[in-house]
Amino acid sequence: MKLRSAIHLASAALALAVLTFASAPPLAAADTIDPVADAKAFRKFFTDKFPKVKLEDFVNGPYSMNEDLHRQWQEKEQFPPYEFSLEMGKEMFSKPFKNGKSYEDCFPNKGIAIRQNYPYFDEKEGKVVTLELALNRCREANGEPPFSYVRDEMAALTAYMAFTSRGKPMDIKIPNDPRALAAYESGKEYFYTRRGQLNFSCATCHVQSPGERIRAEILAPALGILNAMPIYRSEWSGMGTTSRRFTTCNSQIRGVPLTPQDDEYRNVEYYLSYVSNGLPISGPGARP
Amino acid sequence: MASTIRVRATSSGETTEVQALIQHPMDSGFVKDAKGEIIPAHFIQQLTFEYDGKNVFTADWGGGVSKDPYVKFAFKGGKKGDDLKISWVDNKGATDTTTAKIQ
Amino acid sequence: MRNTTLKSALVLALLAGGATSALAAGAEDDFKAAYAAADAANKEAGKLRNQWTTTAATLAAAKKAADTGDFDKATASAKEAEALAKASIFQATSEKTRWRDLEIR
Repeated sequence: MKLRSAIHLASAALALAVLTFASAPPLAAADTIDPVADAKAFRKFFTDKFPKVKLEDFVNGPYSMNEDLHRQWQEKEQFPPYEFSLEMGKEMFSKPFKNGKSYEDCFPNKGIAIRQNYPYFDEKEGKVVTLELALNRCREANGEPPFSYVRDEMAALTAYMAFTSRGKPMDIKIPNDPRALAAYESGKEYFYTRRGQLNFSCATCHVQSPGERIRAEILAPALGILNAMPIYRSEWSGMGTTSRRFTTCNSQIRGVPLTPQDDEYRNVEYYLSYVSNGLPISGPGARP
Repeated sequence: MASTIRVRATSSGETTEVQALIQHPMDSGFVKDAKGEIIPAHFIQQLTFEYDGKNVFTADWGGGVSKDPYVKFAFKGGKKGDDLKISWVDNKGATDTTTAKIQ
Repeated sequence: MRNTTLKSALVLALLAGGATSALAAGAEDDFKAAYAAADAANKEAGKLRNQWTTTAATLAAAKKAADTGDFDKATASAKEAEALAKASIFQATSEKTRWRDLEIR
């Protein structure tokens, strides 16, 4: 009975919200997608909100939002918890496939120091390609079974690749192709769309409430939020991928997660990475 | 196989600061797996740091300590170049030991 | 006389039995209809890529109650699941335009 009244209340609230926001600004037409302007506004929003945080420190998420957390993190970074996963990733990356080839044959520059270019828009395929997706495609092209997008092996591989790019600025490109712009815009829409029974969007936590607490955790700002991926989370007692983070965020707000590497996830990764261009890669990261 | 113990010990003259990261599942014995079956308890019970024949730090652990435990402590004494011996024993009787040089 | 009474008693008993099972069948039919409606709404939400975890959980609870024969409880859960599914559809359709309210510009 309590649940039913809660649902009615929620529906009523939504209806009220619709009426209240009836005077919202007019919708931008599809032909005015302007990623450059978006990125500028995105950066300004966060630097205005946190004037004392250096631009490059935004990539450290909650640690840049709280002094005590920052101190503890600095100490831990001397002997980081992700060392084991990183080593495993390096071993996996250098081990050849059964057919004699290896990951370095699939990637530019042998896969070293390229993480900051992902995701990219593949004009042949007409879709966004993420690093995780590219790694599995490399495996399948060489007769190996794909890894789960949410488990240790993919996390270790992407940890190693991120590590080789540490310090390099995020460098996502959007080609002058309407499909790329549409993918970007689609990713932006996903980011701001409220979902799940708790009616949260990514922005609800990471734009409206960075530095504040959700239960016992301090929320990270959206600016630079993917630069530290993959992350060793104490909560997970291990390294987790971007796919894992997206799917668990969905279920935490009571939304049924999509399948990892579905279009929506690829596009939101594209959008979030692009608007953080220029900020350094800090992965693999450690988080509470 | 590589040692499960990573250690760094630095002497500042009067005291030596030690940090160690140990690879171990530290299963409490209370957690169930995806099939609903209990993952059996598997954790380090004792961890010791030995310098100059004496135990400078002993940890008696149970299932409450998390996976891949990290330890940091300092002890009086310890000279650069000296050995620091670290060993652990877990509830299954497995052990590992390593010796590091104080920097 | 006795035969008539016996016959009437028999008929009454049969009627009563039939009525009870008819009632039971009614409750089960109600549940099946409510569950079908909830399931359809949840599938619709799935097409909109916006299902809620609680909808699935409530549907499962409805089915579980039905399996034990508690059709009243099962129907109530199924109706709740339908309300949840419909709310998730409303959310998905309204957010198609409302998302811009949160956008940094």
